[in-house]
Amino acid sequence: MFSGCVFFQRESAMPQPSISKTMTTGESGLAFIFAVTAFLCLIASAKALDAPFAFHAALSAAASLAAVFFIINRYYDRPAALPPAEINGRPNYNMGPIKFTAFMAMFWGIAGFLVGLIIASQLAWPALNFDLPWIQFGRLRPLHTSAVIFAFGGNVLIGTSFYVVQKSCRARLVGDLAPWFVVLGYNYFILIAGTGYLLGVTQSKEYAEPEWYADLWLTIVWVAYLLVFLGTIIKRKEPHIFVANWFYLAFIVTIAVLHLGNNPALPVSFFGSKSYIAWGGIQDAMFQWWYGHNAVGFFLTAGFLAIMYYFIPKRAERPVYSYRLSIIHFWALIFLYIWAGPHHLHYTALPDWTQTLGMTFSIMLWMPSWGGMINGLMTLSGAWDKLRTDPVLRMLVVSVAFYGMSTFEGPMMSIKVVNSLSHYTDWTIGHVHSGALGWVGFVSFGALYCLVPWVWNRKGLYSLKLVNWHFWIATLGIVLYISAMWVSGILQGLMWRAYTSLGFLEYSFIETVEAMHPFYIIRAAGGALFLIGALIMAYNLWMTVRVGEQEVQMPVALQPAE
Amino acid sequence: MKAILTLDNLASGLVTTIWTPVFVAIFLAIIAYAFWPRNKAVFDEAASLPLREE
Repeated sequence: MFSGCVFFQRESAMPQPSISKTMTTGESGLAFIFAVTAFLCLIASAKALDAPFAFHAALSAAASLAAVFFIINRYYDRPAALPPAEINGRPNYNMGPIKFTAFMAMFWGIAGFLVGLIIASQLAWPALNFDLPWIQFGRLRPLHTSAVIFAFGGNVLIGTSFYVVQKSCRARLVGDLAPWFVVLGYNYFILIAGTGYLLGVTQSKEYAEPEWYADLWLTIVWVAYLLVFLGTIIKRKEPHIFVANWFYLAFIVTIAVLHLGNNPALPVSFFGSKSYIAWGGIQDAMFQWWYGHNAVGFFLTAGFLAIMYYFIPKRAERPVYSYRLSIIHFWALIFLYIWAGPHHLHYTALPDWTQTLGMTFSIMLWMPSWGGMINGLMTLSGAWDKLRTDPVLRMLVVSVAFYGMSTFEGPMMSIKVVNSLSHYTDWTIGHVHSGALGWVGFVSFGALYCLVPWVWNRKGLYSLKLVNWHFWIATLGIVLYISAMWVSGILQGLMWRAYTSLGFLEYSFIETVEAMHPFYIIRAAGGALFLIGALIMAYNLWMTVRVGEQEVQMPVALQPAE
Repeated sequence: MKAILTLDNLASGLVTTIWTPVFVAIFLAIIAYAFWPRNKAVFDEAASLPLREE
């Protein structure tokens, strides 16, 4: 089993000056707050109005107690002095929380892909829901989306952001417990959200399903994340703030704004899971898709573009192709994305001018998206041959190609006449997955393949051959998935709008479902291949950590001249 | 009515439409900053920042 020591190794055996050991304010304060929280959660659990709330309150009481033990144990184990920000003039990077997120990303990734495969199979063979309420499509679907976007993607983003901000600022993460609070707190939010869906707890807003208490917890964790990230930037030794940090910061700040904007809710009771959203009617719909599309723009795009701008140059050993373009790319993306949401509400009660506004901004977004794509791809200038020999770099570069493809498809689908065919059909699902599997998935895999040897101090990956297998199996899976959904979606859209010569609808709903059946099977097969690729990856990373050769850190002065 | 030219209407119209030129101006300033010849050296160095760290 992955024991805790893998993450919590003491960073250095520096001789400690003899100072008396006391708890920091953070340690004693947090331990106290968690102790009180444990007590309050216990009361909430006893007074709970519904079973899922009782379960979540009890779980939170247990987790709070565990946090108190963790903090106190850690205090007794640690040396009197906190780890220094620098050792011998070199930054003493904090890699523990990053190791934890890398592990959790892989865990949630496999869980999320597996649940995706289950619901894809349920669509092809509905009997697979076994008439059990907990594994109905309606409950598993948000579990799948949240697991892949927020759990897998979120851990990749938090982990890589903590790595990139330290390295590019040449400064240790600020805070002693704070980085751990962020990564553990975020994963606890995922746990509450996910178990809630299975038990039927949802506020029924897409990609914002968690109920009020989970939302409040996420707010606290996210503010801590912002403070740790900002604090590290403020303490930087490098005068220039590297562009990747701008993208990460935009991701963190905007997600905070979106989360607060979309989720103001009034709980029915302090002791129950149900709440009502403050917004009503079309305002609620508009808020929802302002949130929803900017979750795409700032979670699934800005954050992962930060990965692109750091990991591709680093892996290719080439500078960013055009730093000027990266600045314009960043600001154009920020200025435009925030207005694109209304394209999710074409032909609804939303005012016509708002729909047109959303469409116009979506089309304009094509330009910064492709500017960024070109910047990422051209970073390989002079290093294209590496695509042949380095499957990790190939994965990163193909992810950027998928980014280009899906950011062309998206603006096209936002055009109202195109949307009148594509909306509510499988075409949308195909579009989302070309972005999610091709862009977000592959750029995350590439980043993890780089990150794991770096943070565990290994010479390289256990096997590049396995990365190659992962790459081709997953690529085949994506191609099967998205082409099946294109055919199925356009077929579905055309069947819905077909009229007979007498003006009646030509097809009944069930006939469209029947026509789509073969494509649902192909889609599930594509998903299965993607999952197999991820399992190969997990094995490869596991072996890298377990048996990989330690990188010997040579003092700078002793390096041979070349 | 909106059509009547009063100071109030003028002010509220200005408040709601001023943002378009303001944002366009900010964006143009960013483009100027990105292409300002004197910034070139800083940006060229920043482009290889991931390759320089310890």
